[in-house]
Amino acid sequence: MSTLLALDGVSKQYGSLMAVDGVTLGIERGARHALIGPNGAGKSTLFGLIAGTSATTAGTIALAGEDITRRSDSWRARVGVAKTFQHSSLFLSLSVADNIALAAQRLTGHGLRIRTRAAHCPGVAEEVERCLALVGLADRPQVRVSALSHGERRQLEVAVALATRPRLLLLDEPTAGMSAAESGRFVGLVESLPPDVTVLLIEHDLDVVFRLADRISVLHLGKLLADGTPEQVRADEVVQQAYLGSGAARELFLTSPGSP
Amino acid sequence: MAAPVSAGTRLQPQPLDPPARLRWYGVVVVALAFVPFVAPADVAATATRILALALLAVSLDLLVGVGGMPSLGQAAPFGVGVYAAGLTARELTPFAPVQVLVAVAAGALLSALLGWLVVRSRGTYLLMLSLALAELVHTLAGKWDALTGGTNGLVGVPALTFAPGGEPVRLAGLVYWWVLAVAVVGFLVVVVVSRSAFGRSLRGIRDNEARMSSLGYSTFRVKYTAFVISGAVAGLAGALWMAQTRFASPEDLGFHVSAFALLAVVIGGRGSLWGAVLGAALVGVIRDEFGPQLGGRGPLLLGIAFIAAVYLLPHGFAGLRLRRARTQGHP
Ligand SMILES: Nc1ncnc2c1ncn2[C@@H]1O[C@H](COP(=O)(O)OP(=O)(O)O)[C@@H](O)[C@H]1O
Ligand SMILES: [Mg+2]
Repeated sequence: MSTLLALDGVSKQYGSLMAVDGVTLGIERGARHALIGPNGAGKSTLFGLIAGTSATTAGTIALAGEDITRRSDSWRARVGVAKTFQHSSLFLSLSVADNIALAAQRLTGHGLRIRTRAAHCPGVAEEVERCLALVGLADRPQVRVSALSHGERRQLEVAVALATRPRLLLLDEPTAGMSAAESGRFVGLVESLPPDVTVLLIEHDLDVVFRLADRISVLHLGKLLADGTPEQVRADEVVQQAYLGSGAARELFLTSPGSP
Repeated sequence: MAAPVSAGTRLQPQPLDPPARLRWYGVVVVALAFVPFVAPADVAATATRILALALLAVSLDLLVGVGGMPSLGQAAPFGVGVYAAGLTARELTPFAPVQVLVAVAAGALLSALLGWLVVRSRGTYLLMLSLALAELVHTLAGKWDALTGGTNGLVGVPALTFAPGGEPVRLAGLVYWWVLAVAVVGFLVVVVVSRSAFGRSLRGIRDNEARMSSLGYSTFRVKYTAFVISGAVAGLAGALWMAQTRFASPEDLGFHVSAFALLAVVIGGRGSLWGAVLGAALVGVIRDEFGPQLGGRGPLLLGIAFIAAVYLLPHGFAGLRLRRARTQGHP
């Protein structure tokens, strides 16, 4: 297996706060890699650095051996990096189908076509249908996003990311706000992704993490605390001392009360 | 028609299916074509000017309503179109299609220059920047005597002709039909742009520009293209204005033209192109018909109309249909 994404000393500083502090980490091609840690650990910030929505203050990021540290988010999206947002970021006045179509038509190269009617973009309708079926929204293509429930928006968020046909899929707490059934469907969806798609997943639900992940990294106060197979991480002494030893075995993985 | 409505679809404004929409457009155009038969010449002349302003409002709606770019500088490409058409008629040929083409090119070119800056800003900044640049062009038109005739305006513009070297067209009704035909073409161009894949991208940017960028779009390219198209259509509207007035003054580039267009868009309902046409008709009638009777307090009345529109009709005329659809449970 080769490394798809290589982070080297990646840091993000907000004023005096080191939100991400010198993270060095390799993500294997085709991995199902979970990133866990308490709220405020810097997980979402690290995702932003990888997707290019915010700039690193130190360190380098390489994708398939190429340094992409200074590349824009749209450039990274075009080479196959897709991210879902912890707080859904969708097109609220558009229909569910149009949300996915925006991702799909960028890929088919129709995004700037004036003489192609939106309703008749070759290849786009099929892609929309495929992604809707994958996340279980097949019966609601014409509904306006602002009329969707929170859980449905989470599913649509995943569908939009899938429609970009990513090589590296970053999922930021995808199941937060989903019902148990929706969450179960989501696990099936990730399991059904082609094996060459690399998935990096922030997830608080331990069941989801241990069902999906073949590798787990633990982030704490911006620093990488541990990285290894699920068994290794569970047995890790530092993780044990920091969390498991204190008697609050699950605290590491849980949303702390009162935080978003 | 009465398909069962599920909970999710009820909130959705159901657009007319394309044939029905086209039929409506056809009915409206035919009705408008009858104006010269039933109205005296001066009314036809006013109607001609309102058609030009309606097209201006539609061009602005592409920016404001579809693209989420609140420009207060639409007078710039419009006024440049007015001058370009007038100069073409006086110096080159009064053959009407040539004026139109030159005005379209001039509007597009000016917007390509200004848009390079304007499109980089957002919200209130975009509003202020577009206004400042339009005022700059306005001032320039007043100073550049040799080209524009300065504050005296551009005079001596011949009546248009329908054939190269043909008879000058002086009948108000004929000018009106020409302007109506071209305005319909301009309107349809904006409709096509708005319903294209590109138009969808533009709506995506209006809703959530950051997300569009993280989907791999160059949002600058999309917005810049929209700005240039909008400027081209505004230039076309300028040529139609010149077809009737045969006179250009720096005031055609002034703030009140931009404000008029924005007001029409807001009253009509942002993003619904036919709403902009209705808004322009209403604002135009208030300004031209009631304004003089109010002894210069026309702008005050328009200001009140604006505030009323913002509070009472947050989605403009277009929203009326939507609200009715919601309360009735089906569109
Ligand atoms: N834009 C920002 N400006 C300042 N501080 C920020 C910003 N974004 C995140 N932070 C801070 O960085 C830390 C990490 O946040 P985040 O990455 O969202 O954590 P997580 O996703 O692990 O819960 C938090 O303390 C948060 O307050
Ligand atoms: Mg987070």
